[in-house]
Amino acid sequence: MGTVFTKSVARNIYYGGSVFFILLFLALTFDTTGKTAERDNHEAITEQVALGKRVWEENNCIGCHTLLGEGAYFAPELGNVYQRFGSSTEAIVGFIKSRPTEGIPGRRSMPQFNLSDEELEAVAAFLKYTSEIDTANWPPNIQG
Amino acid sequence: MQYRSQAVAKPYFIAAIGLFVGQILFGLILGLQYVIGDFLFPEIPFNVARMVHTNLLIVWLLFGFMGAAYYLVPEESERELHSPGLALLLFWVFLIAGALTVLGYLLVPYAGLAKLTGNALLPTMGREFLEQPTITKVGIVIVALGFLYNVGMTILGGRKTVVNLVLLTGLVGLAVLFLFSFYNPDNLVKDKYYWWWVVHLWVEGVWELILGSILAFVLIKVTGVDREVIEKWLYVIIAMTLITGIIGTGHHYYWIGTPEYWQWWGSIFSALEPIPFFMMTVFAFNMVNQRRREHPNKAAVLWALGTAVMAFLGAGVWGFMHTLAPINYYTHGTQITAAHGHMAFYGAYVMIVLTIISYAMPKLRGKEASDMRSQVLEMWSFWFMTVSMVFITLFLTAAGVLQTYLQRYAEDPQPFMIVQEKVELFYWMRELAGVVFVIGLVMYLLSFFVKGGEQYAATADAA
Repeated sequence: MGTVFTKSVARNIYYGGSVFFILLFLALTFDTTGKTAERDNHEAITEQVALGKRVWEENNCIGCHTLLGEGAYFAPELGNVYQRFGSSTEAIVGFIKSRPTEGIPGRRSMPQFNLSDEELEAVAAFLKYTSEIDTANWPPNIQG
Repeated sequence: MQYRSQAVAKPYFIAAIGLFVGQILFGLILGLQYVIGDFLFPEIPFNVARMVHTNLLIVWLLFGFMGAAYYLVPEESERELHSPGLALLLFWVFLIAGALTVLGYLLVPYAGLAKLTGNALLPTMGREFLEQPTITKVGIVIVALGFLYNVGMTILGGRKTVVNLVLLTGLVGLAVLFLFSFYNPDNLVKDKYYWWWVVHLWVEGVWELILGSILAFVLIKVTGVDREVIEKWLYVIIAMTLITGIIGTGHHYYWIGTPEYWQWWGSIFSALEPIPFFMMTVFAFNMVNQRRREHPNKAAVLWALGTAVMAFLGAGVWGFMHTLAPINYYTHGTQITAAHGHMAFYGAYVMIVLTIISYAMPKLRGKEASDMRSQVLEMWSFWFMTVSMVFITLFLTAAGVLQTYLQRYAEDPQPFMIVQEKVELFYWMRELAGVVFVIGLVMYLLSFFVKGGEQYAATADAA
């Protein structure tokens, strides 16, 4: 880097580049906010779904599972669990409800969270809502 | 140590190392839970151990960054820290808040912790890496503000170097972006979109500014190369970081319900993200080759070169491997991601904190560099930890490739748990590599207490 490329040139690239790309990012965010409304299934966000998201968060489900591919990689993807369980919220409720308190010897097991019926149905409704978000056809197949 | 107030860095570094040890122990537990599914169940279920593992990492890196700032800002500004008392007060606030939070994770069921801390008032918990109770998040903001005030006042009242200003920009960015952790809408897509403003814009944005400035500071000190040269490099590196990394956020917006044009923006810009890391490697090796003095602290030089190489491999190469949308379609959220996460965090952020600790700790303890025997042990610990992290990454990558194939790519895709059993061998190997990492960590701890041997010879600046 010779005399033409001085420290002040480098500094200007830093400032100019940063400002330009921050503005571009904000513009894309603005555009995304508009266009996402067509894909994010927000019409389905009922009070029950919102409660379900709280239940999901307050039991740290993301600490083992992925949801739309984000989270921990210890337990199955749940973005499409609704379809995997035969498009049945009852099946989801039944699964969560029936986890043994002491686990399964030698194997990974989901904890027993002792959720109320209202919470169980809410979290199932949340997972149904999530499964109907337009995710550009991800995951590639039903196994998640 | 040129300024007395630099001494406040010491407790920060000690706390960082202590929490690092905790993080690694929980890593071992997690690795074992991958192969012995009921290990410590139901007392410490996987999700709790993982939360402790990742949160301890974040907290000890923050301790490391703050310690680094308290050490280097006075020296760069050529004046004492604005308020050493405030720095010590915030140290205890942060340590106690961090300890209480981790104890909360371990002793109370997470839902109970949410109730106890009033999560319903402002729900922010239960999102990956941002699991802290809202009250802890508020505490983090308060500590960050006090810290920025202290460091900012020091810089404003003293010499303004590029290292100082870049560090300050990075730290302000860190604090400002953290505010998005308080935004948690019911709309999952929006939640995820802004969640990445904390997570991605931290580790692939402002944290790289912090990394770059700490690395530049250490290289100025240990190589004696002209500051002008190093500062020019620093500008170019961080320019490339932000030019590629900001739009590079798009590689997280492929499959979460955001518009599909992100597959283009994300792929193109994140494909360029290895560039700043590659430049950092070239930079570090060039500066060391052009050194004008032999610094007696060989270990610090090794860490500085190591962080540049490993950040490039972990963040640059392993990131690129799965960042293009058509590839990411199959690899998203598999062990490939875990592999990348481990080497990137270790290479870029763990190693830069260990670099500044290696450089600063002897000075904080009253000598230019540690005794030769201590440095030799520290350098052995470097190799043990770094090589074992390479193997952890390789084993996770092997597991991830198989998982991707069996669960996502093959003609007859198999269920998650079946596939997990099939890749078990690689999880065992990963755990073994983790044990080697712990051996390296023990050597690292011991290196602080070993004495004896000659000092490495030092030569003054040639110029």
